[in-house]
Amino acid sequence: MTLAAPSPDLRAEALGLFARKRLFALGVPLLVLAYFAYIFVSFDMAGLAGRARPDNARILLSDTVSFKTHVTRDNRTGVISAAIEGEAKGKYPDGAVPDWVTLYGTDADVRLDDGTTVKFRGETVTVAVPDYGSVVLRSAGGDIEMTLPGEGVPDWISASATRVSLTMPAGRVQVTRSKSEVFRYEAGWELFFFTLDSPFYGRSLGDLAALAVSADPVVPGKANIVAMAEDFWTNKMWRHSDVAWALFETVLMAFLGTVGAGLIALPLAFLAASNFTPGRWIRFGFRRVFDFLRGVDGLIWTLILSRAFGPGPMTGALAILLTDTGSFGKMFSEALENVDDRQIEGVQSTGANTLQRHRFGVMPQIMPVLLSQLLYYFESNTRSATVIGAIVGGGIGLLLTQAISTQKDWEEVSYYIVLIVLMVMAMDALSGWVRRLLIRGNADGR
Amino acid sequence: MPELAYGGPPRDRPRDLRTSYLRDVQQRRLYSGLLFAILALLLISGFTLADERNAGGFWDGLAKLFDFPTELIAEAFEKSANLPVHLLHYLPSLLETVNIAAASTLIGALLATMLSLLATRGLARWPVLIPLFRRAMDIMRAVPEVVIALVLIFVLGGGPVAAMIAIAFHTTGALGKLFSEVNENADLRPVEGLTSVGSTWLQRMWFAVVPQVAPNYLSYGLMRFEINIRASAILGFVGSGGIGYDLKNAMSWGTGRYDEVAAIFILLLGTIIAVDQLSSLARNRLVRGTL
Repeated sequence: MTLAAPSPDLRAEALGLFARKRLFALGVPLLVLAYFAYIFVSFDMAGLAGRARPDNARILLSDTVSFKTHVTRDNRTGVISAAIEGEAKGKYPDGAVPDWVTLYGTDADVRLDDGTTVKFRGETVTVAVPDYGSVVLRSAGGDIEMTLPGEGVPDWISASATRVSLTMPAGRVQVTRSKSEVFRYEAGWELFFFTLDSPFYGRSLGDLAALAVSADPVVPGKANIVAMAEDFWTNKMWRHSDVAWALFETVLMAFLGTVGAGLIALPLAFLAASNFTPGRWIRFGFRRVFDFLRGVDGLIWTLILSRAFGPGPMTGALAILLTDTGSFGKMFSEALENVDDRQIEGVQSTGANTLQRHRFGVMPQIMPVLLSQLLYYFESNTRSATVIGAIVGGGIGLLLTQAISTQKDWEEVSYYIVLIVLMVMAMDALSGWVRRLLIRGNADGR
Repeated sequence: MPELAYGGPPRDRPRDLRTSYLRDVQQRRLYSGLLFAILALLLISGFTLADERNAGGFWDGLAKLFDFPTELIAEAFEKSANLPVHLLHYLPSLLETVNIAAASTLIGALLATMLSLLATRGLARWPVLIPLFRRAMDIMRAVPEVVIALVLIFVLGGGPVAAMIAIAFHTTGALGKLFSEVNENADLRPVEGLTSVGSTWLQRMWFAVVPQVAPNYLSYGLMRFEINIRASAILGFVGSGGIGYDLKNAMSWGTGRYDEVAAIFILLLGTIIAVDQLSSLARNRLVRGTL
């Protein structure tokens, strides 16, 4: 036992170490917690509940999974019309209405899914709500008169002298002086494939498949499948061609920025690497240039460039190019400093000149690093290009900000978000695939 | 490649070796040449296309490239007396931008730790769900911050919280992938040791895995913090608080008020460079293992 007895200060040291570790293990979470408490106060999270607009969230969600059809009676002209999302692009032709509307000249009956019926009779709108009764609204002349079946106004009716609105699960009725409207909600994204003016609208999938292979053309002089593709591509509501173009533009920005930066950074990296450029001041200068390009953030470059080049994809591409030239220059010059000299000496011993030495002694060594960085940045720049597009006005970022700023095309916003996520994941998969291909190719000696 | 000279198939006779080598080299050069030609073609046609779609042309813009910076610097010098006041005035916004970045990095790192542990073979609490957690991280990583920020601004009304959540979401995915690579290299023996004494999953993770991976986590977290400061400045420009929002306003006032833009540029640049330097210093120390 005497041999193994620990000296008192070793024991104290160990205990001290334990105490310090314990303090650390307790202290770090406490610090993090304290920081979150500070953030909670400084970001005014308590006041967030007041500022948040849950009704907006509800609109967003319900718009994403459903669409609404407006049936509108213009109180000045007395004309009843129907339009999907109330947009001119989704308007039913004059006299035509969806099958849940029955037209009697200037009068109409509208049926909602929950059994509610809305009857337009001249200036009078009668809403028959199941389990409640009939609400009669008259908008003759000045104020709107409302007759309810029972005492008191239920909370799903909001009424004032100029505007009455009834909110029901399957739809909404709104009467103002100028017009009476019924909004009917249905699940899905209407008109996603074909708009109302297309002969293919409203057909079932089987029907369309049969048409696609059938010989007699719906549109004279065009094969059905071509006509379908054309109608889909030029869909005015969802603008598939514009969206595809915007996605392409975003990828283009990322591609031009990344590859351009790689091409510019490679020769400059030689000038910043200590084993290729003996001049200390030249090296120092180029390194600071890289730091400057990288440090002046993409945001600042975007702003400066958009002043000179105006909005558009090239401005975005150049902003990515400038920032990445800095990053690539730094990384490439570090890779160059780590190359194996023996390979270069080997090439030199065959009497190669400088260019040949670089081509056959250096490039094969740094190529894998270079390509894999390039591919990695390409994927990450696709994401950046979305943000930069939102600022400079190009690509899918622009479409997204436009759709959000209208504050009503939420199904389009969701559509774009899904497309952006798919685009980034596709780029990720593509860059991973190419990287594996190149690495395997190198291993095989090809 | 030179090593081909030694790695040819054994059935080749020495005489054929040379011809087959030359043939291979030629083929390789042809492929590389073709690849470069395609790349160059894509690059040139891409730039031409982007140039056409741009509001201003490339060559016109190139001539005007230095107009704005010159104006900016000239005005900043002209009103250099105002500069300290502006710098002080925008300091709180800068703090907000840094706070957004820091809070979102912390939240993202905490969530990424959980997700990555759940998605690592050998450590996962529910091994069946590993693919689910992996896909979740892939999707979170693929969502650009601006997308979530724009939607949240609509729901929460502007302010730093929207940006914080948006950046934290993306950070969770990005760090989760890196963290799970670190986890895969963790030594499993401490975990088995703790299992043998009947510890819970959380205890195993906290006492056996986290001490091993913490330095690498910290290093990746710091790197992410650098990235997130830039992201939070950009998101401010799109509409959610911080110095980016002030920058947008200052830009919109136009000529004559560029001294404020200059002040914001100085603050932003200084912060980014300072954080870059500090974090690379700290990361170097972490990698060398002296905490």
